[in-house]
Amino acid sequence: MDNISLLVLAPVLNVQLLVDGLLIGAIFALVAYGLALVWGVTNVKNLAQGDFVMMGGYIAYSMTLVGIHPLWALPVAVVVMFCFGWALYKIVIYRVVDKDLFTSLLATFGIAIVVQQVLNLIFGPEVMIAESGFEVGEYLDGGLTVSNVKIIAFVMALILALIVVLFMKQSRMGQAIRATSQNARAARIMGIDTDRVYAFTFALNAAICGAAGVLISMIWVIQPYFGTSYSIRAFVIVTAAGLGNLPGVIMAGLGLGALEQFGAFILGAEFQQAIVVGLLLVILVIRQIQQSRHRQVVK
Amino acid sequence: MTKSRFGKVSGLVAGVATGAVAIGLLASQPASAKVEGDTITLGSAISFTGKYSTNGIHASNGYNLAVRMINAAGGVKVGGKSYKLAVKYYDDESTPARGAQLAERLIKQDGVKFMLGPYSSGLTKAIAPVTEKFKIPMVEAEGASRSLFTQGYKYIFAVLSTSEQYLASSIALAADIAKQNGKKPGDVKVAMAFENDPFSLDVRAGVVDDIKKHGMKIVIDDKLPRDISDMTATLTKVRAVKPDLLVVSGHSKGAATAARQIKEMKIKVPLVAMTHCESAKVITKFGASTNGFLCPTQWSETMSYKDDLFGTAGEFDALFKKTYEGYKNVPYQAAQAAAAVMVWKDALERANTFKISAVRQALADTNMKTFYGDIKFSAAGNNIAKPMALRQIQDGKLNVVFPARWATHKVEWPRK
Repeated sequence: MDNISLLVLAPVLNVQLLVDGLLIGAIFALVAYGLALVWGVTNVKNLAQGDFVMMGGYIAYSMTLVGIHPLWALPVAVVVMFCFGWALYKIVIYRVVDKDLFTSLLATFGIAIVVQQVLNLIFGPEVMIAESGFEVGEYLDGGLTVSNVKIIAFVMALILALIVVLFMKQSRMGQAIRATSQNARAARIMGIDTDRVYAFTFALNAAICGAAGVLISMIWVIQPYFGTSYSIRAFVIVTAAGLGNLPGVIMAGLGLGALEQFGAFILGAEFQQAIVVGLLLVILVIRQIQQSRHRQVVK
Repeated sequence: MTKSRFGKVSGLVAGVATGAVAIGLLASQPASAKVEGDTITLGSAISFTGKYSTNGIHASNGYNLAVRMINAAGGVKVGGKSYKLAVKYYDDESTPARGAQLAERLIKQDGVKFMLGPYSSGLTKAIAPVTEKFKIPMVEAEGASRSLFTQGYKYIFAVLSTSEQYLASSIALAADIAKQNGKKPGDVKVAMAFENDPFSLDVRAGVVDDIKKHGMKIVIDDKLPRDISDMTATLTKVRAVKPDLLVVSGHSKGAATAARQIKEMKIKVPLVAMTHCESAKVITKFGASTNGFLCPTQWSETMSYKDDLFGTAGEFDALFKKTYEGYKNVPYQAAQAAAAVMVWKDALERANTFKISAVRQALADTNMKTFYGDIKFSAAGNNIAKPMALRQIQDGKLNVVFPARWATHKVEWPRK
């Protein structure tokens, strides 16, 4: 393996791959956290997760068209996507919340397709970027280059995660969300309007995705159909970390980012996404084994 | 209205005539062309809506302009009579299945016997089996995939260079530069990143053939996934192995991703070549960081090709911009579409009949010079007389630098 020997001969390459992986991994973690939130509270597996991310990206792109710096799109995307999420809940999601798994998967898959097609109609199929104009930093004698926008995105992702965690712990709504996720029926008996909690959770997730999309559009490229790969990543992270396990989600997100980079370096770029899907398979097998053991105890 | 005796007679005549025509068609179908009065109708299913609509409209503008010019210059002379050209269009909605359906409709219902191509290799691939089945010749200008010409099709003729030629010239250029610098072409190290899709793999096949011919060394051979949004791992490798030439092809998403990350990672490779620089608008998006990129093109208005209809390539460019508003640059898709109509005129006049077999033979024998380039078809139907040109981004402008015959500027090497 020539590529592995390259990594041994030039250790700085490891640093580059690791840094790139971790910085992008933070954004994956953010998207995955949103998914875990909705999954845990409403038990809806949102297949349109990545497409919400793309919507956020297009909000940033649209703002650059009128000369506004894409970082300003962050609050805009949060607000717009929150409203979008709320509306979507009221129109579609609330009908499938207490239905079986298949119904909610089908509904969100349908939403994903509609979002993709609408984005394609409005913005066309070409890839777009939101240019931030930030400098690129060179470190370790030019062996390591890190674009400042990636660092900013990383910090933003952390801040957003922190805000969400504080919100969940401190605010009344956050407490209601947690109560509902623990036992929706008990929460209802205690006077919590669970329908409102569901709507809020779904909207919050859309807002988180929107913010992640803004960051993605400044770092990578966006295209109406690119959302699916973010959905898959989010599912991998959540299935690996488990629901309601924020430190786990963050670690899995960062790990996945780094793994993609190393995998693409060693095996070739064609394996970058194959690795993600392969990992999902492995995790599912492991989970299955764990669960079958668990079931034996329950019996 | 009462039916007159004349009406009855004419009805009878019409009935007999229809029967005769039907028998004639059955006996030797297809015998003659869609020629009504003094008009020859060409047919095309092309993308006016959907994801290829931008380029579909460019192409139809090219068709229309050529038709107008040919008609203004006296039309097409067949059997001592002048005919006007017209094009019947259908919108294929950028979907191959619809394209194939509409091609069949053009041939079976509308009686079109001379076809113009759709936009994109995918649509052409869908339509070619239909034209083949009905033995209707099609001159196409927008399907470059090599696989169109390996199926043994007899009725497809393409005026453009095929996809495996797109970046092959960058290998020749790298070999030239190596020689100028007292090195052997065999010392040149090439890094390749191609999307895993039929078009890009065609481009790759051409590049690999030429790399082998020059004995160059492939140091990176990455295949990019379909939804490419990150190339950092590949570019990290590029930084480590320091190739002399980096070749990228992955439609406009590949070009945009590569350009963005080459800038962001400050990748310094003496030569960088990629397809779709123009459609990805890399110059406007990434500015000075794209200087030095080599971008292949089918045609450029600075080339010294010319013909009697449009004049020089430059004159076509000016006329096109004057005719259609909103074009800053004339896309080569429009130029090659116009050339396809010129091929029809030339072939019909040489055939001097509308008999399909004779017209097909005339198309196969085509050997003409146009503002778009020389056109001569191989047995498989692709144009073998016109090379791809390479343009380099120099101070935000695309200048032709290779092959030497068409170069307006010297190649800037190494890339800064």
